[in-house]
This record gives sequence, structure tokens and C-alpha cells, in this order.
Amino acid sequence: MSRWTEEKLLFELDHPGRRGVTLPAADVPEADPRELLGAMHREAEPARLPELSEVDVVRHFTRLSTFNYAIDFGLYPLGSCTMKYNPKINEQTARMEGFSRLHPLQPQSMSQGALELLYELQNRLCAIAGFDACSLQPAAGAQGEFTGMQLIRAYHESRNDLRKVVLIPDSAHGTNPASAHFAGYDVEEVRSSDDGRMDMDALKQRMETDVAGIMLTVPNTLGIFQENIREICDIVHAKGGQVYIDGANLNALMGMTRPGDWGADVMHINLHKTFSTPHGGGGPGAGPVVCRKHLEPFLPRPVVVKTGSGFKLDHDRPQSIGKVHAFNGNFLVLVRALTYIDTLGREGLPEASRLAVLNANYLRARLSEELEPGFKGNTLHEVVFSDRTLPEGITTMDIAKRLIDYGFHPPTVYFPLIVHGAIMVEPTETEPREELDRFVAAVKAVLEEARTDPEKVKSAPHDAYRRRLDEVTAARIPRLTWEPG
Amino acid sequence: MHYLPASEDDKRAMLSAIGAARVDELFKDIPPEIRCEKGLDIPAGLSEQELKTRMAAMAARNTAPGGAPCFLGAGAYDHFSPAAVDHLLSRTEFYSSYTPYQPEMSQGTLQSIFEFQTMMADLTGMDVSNASLYDGASATAEAALMASRIRRGKKILVARSIHPAYREVLGTYLRCLDLDTEEVPFGRDGRMDLEALSSALCPDVCALLVGQPNFFGVVEDLPSIARSLEAVDKKPLLAVTVSEALSLAILNAPGSSGADIVAGDARSFGLPLGYGGPYLGFVTAKKAHIRQIPGRICGQTTDEEGRRGFVLTLTTREQHIRRERATSNICTNEGLCMLGATIYLALMGRRGLTELARLNLSKSEYLKEALAKRGITPLFDGPTFNEFAVKLPAGAASKAAEALAGAGMIGGYPLGGDYADLQDGYLVCATEQVRREDCDRFAEVLGGLK
Repeated sequence: MSRWTEEKLLFELDHPGRRGVTLPAADVPEADPRELLGAMHREAEPARLPELSEVDVVRHFTRLSTFNYAIDFGLYPLGSCTMKYNPKINEQTARMEGFSRLHPLQPQSMSQGALELLYELQNRLCAIAGFDACSLQPAAGAQGEFTGMQLIRAYHESRNDLRKVVLIPDSAHGTNPASAHFAGYDVEEVRSSDDGRMDMDALKQRMETDVAGIMLTVPNTLGIFQENIREICDIVHAKGGQVYIDGANLNALMGMTRPGDWGADVMHINLHKTFSTPHGGGGPGAGPVVCRKHLEPFLPRPVVVKTGSGFKLDHDRPQSIGKVHAFNGNFLVLVRALTYIDTLGREGLPEASRLAVLNANYLRARLSEELEPGFKGNTLHEVVFSDRTLPEGITTMDIAKRLIDYGFHPPTVYFPLIVHGAIMVEPTETEPREELDRFVAAVKAVLEEARTDPEKVKSAPHDAYRRRLDEVTAARIPRLTWEPG
Repeated sequence: MHYLPASEDDKRAMLSAIGAARVDELFKDIPPEIRCEKGLDIPAGLSEQELKTRMAAMAARNTAPGGAPCFLGAGAYDHFSPAAVDHLLSRTEFYSSYTPYQPEMSQGTLQSIFEFQTMMADLTGMDVSNASLYDGASATAEAALMASRIRRGKKILVARSIHPAYREVLGTYLRCLDLDTEEVPFGRDGRMDLEALSSALCPDVCALLVGQPNFFGVVEDLPSIARSLEAVDKKPLLAVTVSEALSLAILNAPGSSGADIVAGDARSFGLPLGYGGPYLGFVTAKKAHIRQIPGRICGQTTDEEGRRGFVLTLTTREQHIRRERATSNICTNEGLCMLGATIYLALMGRRGLTELARLNLSKSEYLKEALAKRGITPLFDGPTFNEFAVKLPAGAASKAAEALAGAGMIGGYPLGGDYADLQDGYLVCATEQVRREDCDRFAEVLGGLK
């Protein structure tokens, strides 16, 4: 008997005649949609929307929720994702009616608190990352990258200096090349050297005046800090290029060092990572962009500014690249981020970074007895192991799936691409030592099983709501909606 | 610091396992000259109690709909959300989980995506849906890019009556790419000018973007627009943008009116106004275009025991596989908003959603009449759903916001800023959230403006 309750699809639960909501009685005469809308009136009700009671719906989604893992259950060691604990107060402040019910276009005189909040968050992010100006509009990291690339392009264009190429290291997240491409650039990959850092000779050789800029994740996706980052900025600037920093790994650096002080020109910050607004099973996040003075005129409009009597949205920005979001960005995510920043404050944020790095290095030390780090260098907030020491016939995916049976969400696997069979672990600062020890014990147990009972590992998971799923057939014969029968 | 569990003892034990004397040693790769010696120039941390008071004070410096009846739509509509939606969204298994990359441990999220896709495909009259994009504006831009990949034309026709912010975001997305746009004007009825459309069509046009209802709340005659497109060789794709998703319950599905792609915002389905975000962008399409859809898609499959399960699929479209050749750069999307909409639609059901749409139509028609009694008449004579444009006396549109705020109401949207030819145009909206007496008072204040 499984501990999981099977749950049908909403459409299979459909029970004609039930209602999940009672609407208010109409206090106005009933309009005739057929007469008013003519041929554009929808005659058939949307058949797939089920008829269910509130009880049915609440049970359905509560049961579905039990098939998910969550940070409140335990360690969620996805590398490059910064799965830290999501404070409960963040959820409360984002639900305050003075924030959650505000209309984005209502008069600014009726929205002064919201504008003040945006203004404060802009300032906090600039202070933490060491930049001069900020746009809170980008709705996620990738949109921040896209915005940052557009700022670089607009800057070059304003100087009549048209450039074609953006350089990106081979360890980068896939959004980097995609974002640069959608900003109209040709992407060229720069290889990493043997220690996982950017190859300086390769950079010097390629950095010419056709290169608009470089996109770098620091620390990189191996958790390694690029110690010659200042020199890199100098090399790129010497040829008129711009330096874009992907802030996905800012959690390693708060209060320790600031990208603006390295000479970087623009970066985005993932608020759903570093500032603990939740990941929501795939969003919403927020990816604000911070930049230096010379890129400020090009920021998406409007930008929040302080006036003599309060705050206002400044739309009068003739050099702006334009909007990237219909309204003010993912505002309720921004509320959570400011709540988090102001809870930890100037002492707490650096301590969070120190402990994130301590936790990652502790896991590295403990797991290195069993697994081989992908690169030799020192690592900060995360560590990547290769599959080199796995027993014959056992893959990274097998280890990941067997960890599920031990009650852990697996680490990020097969990324970054430069480490064979990568196993990428990022514990974050919110994990207590005993939770890390429990994870180490689970990994050791799985590796022992891999040697003694490999079939058990290869056929894992055994104790999840589902066994391994057939992704090949899913892609070959796509079934993307429910059909009756 | 109450999110940071490490005690001094923990730190010592861990450092000893690492072989380091101090935590700062772990940062030795950061050169001294770029160390942050002065610390961060931000305020000291606050206790939860202090922080909550401070945030509540900031929230109180806003006047939100609810505190004031809201006649403002313009792409963000004030709807009621049943308590069960937010209650379920507050479950940690939903809000604190990651993108479902490990499907065996994420079936809750995955099944809800599959349910969302099924309902959105049905509502829009399409075969397939993605699992969300950022908002209606970027979804519209992604639809344009998608159409240009499918039809390989360089030119996109855009209805001038599409939401101005959507058009601006579209401009931002296209400005670096080798694609042009041309605007198609609207006629006296507020609908697309079909003659102008016909003369704008040329072989290089890959798509037409049109709003349903459009920014003026006017319901477009999609079948006639589709026929105009069919009249040319290599038919351009008809991409319909929907910023008021509730209209889908009362208007003919775009897919049965000739649309090839539908892009829009489904925030109206149970999600907060939230001062503009997070919202819920989506794209649905006909089956033929499945491999050009941007964003996550969930598909049904089976596990090793033959049981039904769900996975993210067709991932070779996406940036983590295809890198610069992906259909979009999107990664993090609006997952939890998608879940909220799915819960909302399950609660409303086909009958409830249809009745709610009718109630919106009735309120809006009542407001139209109340305004007409005060001499304020619609700007266009095309049919509308829950939003419509009116003509105010010369100069009154700029005074309306203040007068209405003074009377404790959130007024409409003056059109003159976006449309120089509609200086006295004013867009108003009535949802189920406004009462009859609110409409009367609104008409009274607006009618009193000179």
C-alpha cells in the first residue's frame, strides 16, 4: 500500500451541478450578451472548466501539494538556484492590502507608500552591489539579462559605435547566450582554463573593437571567484567594451565585495535567489538591473525618483530603451525583497553570505571523501562534483533519483556543461549543520548502494509518488492537454 | 539573524572539518583591493515586530481599490478572489518549491500545469498552451517573435488599439532585431480599420497583432479580420492579445474566430492587482506551431509502472538546452500565479465563470447608461465587454482623477497621453467589484466636470 493518495485530473473529477463560488446577486439590470455582442458572443460554455464544490477543489490541490518537495521539509541543494528558507513575514507584508490591491495606474498621489518602497529598494540594491542606478522592472533574471544587454547596445549606439559580438564563458547559464541573442548580438563562447576560471589569453586574443561586451557570472557556476576580475574589466574597457555581471550568485558576496567596485558596468540581481522571495515552483521572481551612471539614461522607463514633496514615476527619459514590463515590475516580489533586506540589514546580509560559503565548504569537505570536485580551485557558495568516481554503470542521474528515496531533493545535475556528469550542490546559509550531516550520510549511503546493489540505485526512485518518468515518449508524442476517453 | 542557524560551536566544528581557522579564510580568492572594507551602506536589521509596523505604515500611505471603488482597468482589472485561492497558494509545497526539473518529486506542480494548459487551450480555442510568461506585454512580444520564426517575414502589423504599454514592450523586444512593425489604425467604431489593414498587407508581413477586446474595450470582429488575412498569399498569422482574460468566458474563443496564436495576461483569474505584478502572461497556439512556443510546457507520460505522470517536455526549444538558438530566453516564469489561476478556474467552473462575465457586462452597461444620463457618451459605437471609452467635455479628462479621488473613487484612464487624437477620451471599467450606487456617484462626479 502506497502512502500516496492517487489524485485524478480536475476534468475527471467534474461533477455537473456543483459550485465552488457563490456570486453576489446582481444589483443592476441583466444585460443580454447575445444582443450586445452579436456574432462575437460565446455560445458554448468553456467545457473543460469543471464543476466542483470548494471542498473538492481544496482537497484536490492539497493532495497535489503532497506530491511536491519544499524548503520547509529540508535541504533543497539545487546548485545555482539558491534555495534558501523563505521567511514567513515576507508573505505577510506582500499580502497587506495597501500593497496587494493597488492598481498599477492609479494616481501617484494615492500610491506614495508603494513608490517609497520602490525607491528604497532601488537604493538598497545599488548600495549592496555598488552601482549608481537601478530599474526594478525586469520580471526575472533572464529579463534582467536582456535589459542589461539592451542598455549596453543603446550605450554603444548613442556613441555611434555599432558592435556585433558578446563574449560568454562556456560555464555560463543558458539564459546568458539566449538573452544576448535576443538583444541582437552574435554570441561567442570563451573557454574556461583548467581551474574553471576565464582563460585570460583567450579573452585578450578575442577582445577587439567589434565586441560590445562580456557576460560573466561571478562567482561562476562552479562557485569559483574570478580573482582577476578587475583586470578583466580593464581589458574589456580598453577596447571600448562593457562588462555585464550575472548576479545569480550574489549570495556569496554580500558585504564582502561589490561588483560595481570591480569596474563592472551593469548587472542583474535575482531577488528570488539572494533575497529569498520564494521560487513558487517556477516563479514569479524579479530580476532588477543595476548600472553605473553612464548607462542610467537608457534604463527602462519609468524610474522612481524623489521629489520635494514625495516620490514619482519619471517617464521623461528620452534615451530609455523603453518598457520591458507592462507596469511596475513584479511589485509584490519587490515587497518581499525589501522585507528580507531590512530584516537582515547591514550586519545580517554579510553574515548570510559568510554562512552560505561556510556551509558549502563544509559540504565540499565532507563529500570530497566520496566524490571528486570538478575543478581544483577554492569555491564559495556552491561546489560541483564530477561523475568520475562513480561506480561503473552508475550515472549522476541514478544518484540524484536515489536521493529522492532518502527524502532529499537532488542537487542540480549535468550543469555546468564543462564538468562531466556534474553534481552541483548549493546548501545556502539557512541549513543547520545537522541537516548537512544528514545529507552527507544520505549521499554516502547511496554511493555504498551503488557499489553493493546497483540495480536498486539505477531503478530509483522507489519511494516517490511516481517512479522514473518516460521523458522520451513525452517529447516524441506530445500530450499537452487532457482529452476525454 | 533568526534565519541563520549556525552557532559559534557549529562554525568551529565546520571550520575544523574544512581545515580553516576562520570563515574569512574561505574568501581568500577575493583580492584585498576589492574587499568591501566599510561594510554595507544600508540600515541595520529590524526585529519582525518593528519591520511589520514599518511596512504597514508604508502600505497605509496608499489608497487601494476596496478602500475606494475602482473604475480603472486599462490592462489591470479589479476582480474578487475567493479565499481558497490564496489559502492554497500559501502552502509551502507550492510557493517554496523550485521549477519541476525532478518530476518524481514535483508531480503536484506538474499536474497543475497540465490542468492550466488544458483550461487555457479550451478558453482560447487553441490546441496547446505554455505554462506562463511574465505578463501580457512580454507575452505579446514573444507571440510576435514566434510568428516571425514560423512565417519568416520581416514585418509585423500591430493594431494601434493594442494596449500602449504592450506596444511599448513589443518595441523594446524588437528594437535590436531585424524586424519592423507597422500600425494599423482603428475606425470610428473603435474596431480595426479593415480597409487600412488590406492595404497594409504585403508578402513580407508575417503576422497581425490585434487585441480582443482592444485597449478601448471594443470587441473586434475577428472573423472579418481573419478573412482579410486569408485574402493574401502566404497568409500572415493572426495573433490575438487578451489583457482581460475574463472576456474569454463571454466572447467567441479567438481560436474559433481564425486566430493562430493567442497571447495575453490571465491575472484576472484570481490574482491580486499588486501594483502591476506579478501577473500571468500566457501563449496558446494551434498544434502546428507547438515547437515554436516560448517557455515551459508540461506533457503527459507514464512512469516505469505504467502510471500516468507529467514532465516538462519539448525542452529542446529552451535556453538551457538550445542556448542562443532557443525560442526564448525565459527561465523563471510566473509558476505560482499560474497555479493561482488554475485554482480560481476550478472554483469558478464553466458556469460560474460565464455568470461572472455576464455580471461584468451588466455592470458595465449600467455604467454606460448612468454616464449617458449625465451627457457622457461612448467614444466608439463598437460592442464592449466590461470597459469602454467615453468622450468628456474638453479639458475635463485631466481633472477627472483629482475630482474622483476627492470623492473617494479611483477614476478611469485618460487616453490623450497615448493617443494625441483622443484628447478628451477617457477609458472606464466596471467589474463585479463596483456597486450600482458607486456607478451612480461616479457618473455624478464625472458629469459635473466642466
